[in-house]
Amino acid sequence: MLIAAAFYQPQDDAYAHSHSHNNSETAEIDVKKLIFEHVKDSYEWHITTWGSKHISIYLPVILYSERTGWVAFSSSVFHNFDEYEGFHIAESGNNEGKIVEYDAEGKEVRPAIDISITKTVLAVFINALLLVVIVLAVARYYRRRGSSLEAPRGFVGAFELLVEMVVYDIAKPNIGRRYLFFAPYLLTAFFFIFLSNLIGLVPFFPGGSNVTGNIAVTMALAICTFLAVNIFGNKEYWKEILWPDVPVWLKAPIPLMPIIEIFGMFVKPFALMIRLFANILAGHTVVLAFVSIIFVTMVVSSVIGGAMTFVSVLFTIFINVLEILVAFIQAFVFTMLSSVFIGLAQPEHHSEKH
Amino acid sequence: MSFLLPDAGLLFWMLVVFGIVFFILAKFGFPAIVGMVDERKRLIDESVRNAQEANERLKAVNAESEELLKAAREEQAKILREAAAMRNDLLNEARKKAEADGEKIIAEARHIIQQEKEDALRDVRRQVATLSVEIAEKILRRELSDKESQNAVIENLIDNSLKEKQQG
Repeated sequence: MLIAAAFYQPQDDAYAHSHSHNNSETAEIDVKKLIFEHVKDSYEWHITTWGSKHISIYLPVILYSERTGWVAFSSSVFHNFDEYEGFHIAESGNNEGKIVEYDAEGKEVRPAIDISITKTVLAVFINALLLVVIVLAVARYYRRRGSSLEAPRGFVGAFELLVEMVVYDIAKPNIGRRYLFFAPYLLTAFFFIFLSNLIGLVPFFPGGSNVTGNIAVTMALAICTFLAVNIFGNKEYWKEILWPDVPVWLKAPIPLMPIIEIFGMFVKPFALMIRLFANILAGHTVVLAFVSIIFVTMVVSSVIGGAMTFVSVLFTIFINVLEILVAFIQAFVFTMLSSVFIGLAQPEHHSEKH
Repeated sequence: MSFLLPDAGLLFWMLVVFGIVFFILAKFGFPAIVGMVDERKRLIDESVRNAQEANERLKAVNAESEELLKAAREEQAKILREAAAMRNDLLNEARKKAEADGEKIIAEARHIIQQEKEDALRDVRRQVATLSVEIAEKILRRELSDKESQNAVIENLIDNSLKEKQQG
């Protein structure tokens, strides 16, 4: 946060690569570009445009390239210069919007390591900090009060409702005996996703970030579930993967079933990753598209535009409310499927059952 | 479709941040909350069980007291009945005794009256006899001057006395 504040600076517009404000008569609004710029990651956090002034937070760029070694600088340099130490932002191609350099053959390539604090990284920091503060505050409330029959009210009560749901309705039925061991991971995942989804719906800074709609974020979460499933999977689970209960010819010379099972190990978290990412990205896109309708129709005619404003606002409200539901459902589904996968990796011996 | 390709830098940061968050919350956050929620759940379950037990016990106690009450009421009725019977007996006895006493007193009174009457009669007779003798003496002294009148008097006297005897 401190770093971000240091890099904050409002700036006069002499701005090459977004928002064409040059000529109002021919102002064409590129909706696709507008939406993609909002949902995609970037090296700065564009907060608003006031008149002709862009107000953005410029974030630190941290790179490692064989040519220069480790370098760190503020992304604001790209507003003053097109290039900085041989790095520039690609304007097209696969790396569009990302920092690239020219290799020996003159081709645009990504630096070897790019761990810049991008908009999404900053949003992850903010969400994580908020989550830690909230959960520790609630935990402190409980520690102070001690156990009591009286249920807490207000925020802690609502929080407890969700905790109870995750632990007793998701973890316990799906995992079984060891549900309390996995509860902290499931709760962390649930609240991180839910909080990020909700913050993503807030239209102004520090909301509006597209955290859970970014595939790298959902991939990290899916990796965590993958690790939780496979590190704590018991003997029975590995036996079912490597030597399942099927006719021998399905597994003996060519390990057909084991291959399928191992494939399944990776498909499960992959499904988690895609589902969450696609749902949230779609939600953001739909909201932005409805808002864009106003501007698109306004260009055609101010009468149609005025009428469409009403319709568009109605639809946007509707979608936003729907997205609140989706925010919860996707967090719920991610946690639910994680605990199902964890539970599947903890099969109890059939004789032990019942 | 660049947004379909996970960015390595973001993946790195996300794993680091999520790892740290998970570590902090798993150590200081969620166990405390889940522990308390679990504890309360247990407490509530226990209280409900206790309440149920207490309820059942109360029901048993109620039934018992009802039984006691019923028995007491029966006892009371019995005692009342017995008391009424005893009172009736006592009354009857007293009445009988009173009647018997009364009869005895009346009988005694009658007896005394009879005796008094007899005494009185005897007295009257004695006096009448004495008077008769005196009268007879006087008459005899006056009348017995001649023989004829002597006889007439004697006859008259005998007749009268005979009449008297018959009447008496």
